[in-house]
Amino acid sequence: MATERNLAPADLKPAQLKTDVAIDMIGVHKWFGEFHVLRDINLRVAKGERIVICGPSGSGKSTMIRCINRLEEHQQGRIVVDGVELSGDVKKIDEVRRDVGMVFQHFNLFPHLTVLENLTLAPIWVRKQPKKQAEEAAMHYLQRVKIPEQAGKYPGQLSGGQQQRVAIARALCMNPKIMLFDEPTSALDPEMVKEVLDTMIQLAEDGMTMLVVSHEMGFARQIASRMVFMDEGQIVEVNTPKVFFDNPQHERTKLFLSQILH
Amino acid sequence: MPAKASARTLAAGSSSNDAQANLFSSTLNVVLTILCALLFAFIVPPLVKFLFIDAVWDGASRADCLVHAGHPEMGACWAFVIDRINFFTYGFYPIDGRWRVDVFFALLAFGVGWMAWLQAPRRDLGVIYFFVLMPVASIVLLLGWPAIGLTRVPTTQWGGILVTIVVAAVGIVASLPIGIMLALGRRSRLPAVRLFSVIFIEVVRGVPLITVLFMASVMLPLFVPESLSPDKLLRALIGVALFSSAYMAEVVRAGLQAIPKGQFEAAMAVGLRYRQAMRFVVLPQALTITIPNIVNTTIGLFKDTTLVFVVGIFDLLKTIESARVDPNWATPVTSTTGYAFAAMFYLVFCYGMSRYARMVEKRLATGNGR
Repeated sequence: MATERNLAPADLKPAQLKTDVAIDMIGVHKWFGEFHVLRDINLRVAKGERIVICGPSGSGKSTMIRCINRLEEHQQGRIVVDGVELSGDVKKIDEVRRDVGMVFQHFNLFPHLTVLENLTLAPIWVRKQPKKQAEEAAMHYLQRVKIPEQAGKYPGQLSGGQQQRVAIARALCMNPKIMLFDEPTSALDPEMVKEVLDTMIQLAEDGMTMLVVSHEMGFARQIASRMVFMDEGQIVEVNTPKVFFDNPQHERTKLFLSQILH
Repeated sequence: MPAKASARTLAAGSSSNDAQANLFSSTLNVVLTILCALLFAFIVPPLVKFLFIDAVWDGASRADCLVHAGHPEMGACWAFVIDRINFFTYGFYPIDGRWRVDVFFALLAFGVGWMAWLQAPRRDLGVIYFFVLMPVASIVLLLGWPAIGLTRVPTTQWGGILVTIVVAAVGIVASLPIGIMLALGRRSRLPAVRLFSVIFIEVVRGVPLITVLFMASVMLPLFVPESLSPDKLLRALIGVALFSSAYMAEVVRAGLQAIPKGQFEAAMAVGLRYRQAMRFVVLPQALTITIPNIVNTTIGLFKDTTLVFVVGIFDLLKTIESARVDPNWATPVTSTTGYAFAAMFYLVFCYGMSRYARMVEKRLATGNGR
């Protein structure tokens, strides 16, 4: 299969069984009008893998992970998430979205709801959990991101770092199998980046399958199972963090890394 | 700049020193201040004299309002308004059934209060009350239902403030949900829905209300057989409701556009369906910031209801029109007094709504007031 091209090198045991595959993107193309934003994306992510995606702005990183929960529609190729193929079928899209959590650059918390209500909205209306149970679960996840005392506040009353941790907790409340992070720390003040990254590291240690668009290279080195480098809508290089940072294979990767690592 | 200066004065609630600085700070300002003061002096005293000082408050017929020994100068004939106040309020509604109208007013006031008070308990129930329960109860109450002992009162007997309030209330109660649907339809991904919404909104907004009312009351009977043709008031109500919906749709659309796309995306990402995302995430935010504009549209609609009198419906203005020619009250000031009463009625309601809109606006400006 053509997909083998971008798969992990031999030392990284690739996903063998179908059930081990969390996400499979095969020959995915996407256009915004005339603009060819994704070109032949092939990426297979095994369960429990942590993929960090980097690349210059406009390279299609965000668009690629937004295709995984169908916030963007791909026009060619196949995307299979946890055994469910994304197509125009609304039921399947709903199924995928229930299992895939997403954290956005600008948090996108619901400002008219309290932190607790932000967390329980989807469990109550999508998972049909009783309110009390949803609230208990929400408090559990707020403990985990270390801000249970903010449950009654509105998002506008929290700092950026706290808001992003609430956003992570909101996604976790749906018990996702996969978490997508779209530049989760880019909109934060520098002193708040660490608290969010710590939360994500903890999540990685618990074995969550994660796709993270990020330029936090220290973080990437620490948690990534594989690094993906994208440029002009293509996946240029996929490698282990060690090889990726110390001995990148492609010229464009080298150039990019030299620009951001000074 | 005088405009800026006076605005600052209003905001600061000035002391006399401020007033001096702001009202007489430049030559232009002095001229404007004097002109305004003159205008004020020219209009206000005669108005007060006519409306209050020379006014006649009680009397039984025209004789009491005319000039006579104890009443040298003619003033407003409030005795006329007081004498005919029941007609102005209920029209020809049967006297023994007027309590039904009073109950309707109370139900409506309760509903409006529940909706307008933003921290009221159980506003979700309030919405159901306002948009479902209250309209149904009002129809039964006003129109009558012989099965439960309420005699039928045909709409031809309704009149006055009752009709004005009914037209305004129906316009508002119907226009919000229809307007929200149209606004969502206009942003829909389905071309047919979008096309219908756009055509409806643009056609209705491109036509004056008076034309819509004429269409509803004159043209409709030409195409529909008499037996099928709905009640005259109902036709006007439908006209007003459709008309105000188109305007409300544009107001709501502005609110929807103000909500960042990320809100909808976040709602989708946690698994909510389109309708749930709209109901729990987008609309609550969009409608809250739209309240001042909704109220402004409502003020316009409230005044526009007077137009129904051109198609022969007895609203407040029409009852005054017909009462002012009553020979029993024929005096030179009867018409003036009647119109002054109408003006005050509309002023009180519209000013109240406008104050409310200002209050909400202020609350929103101070960061959701939370």
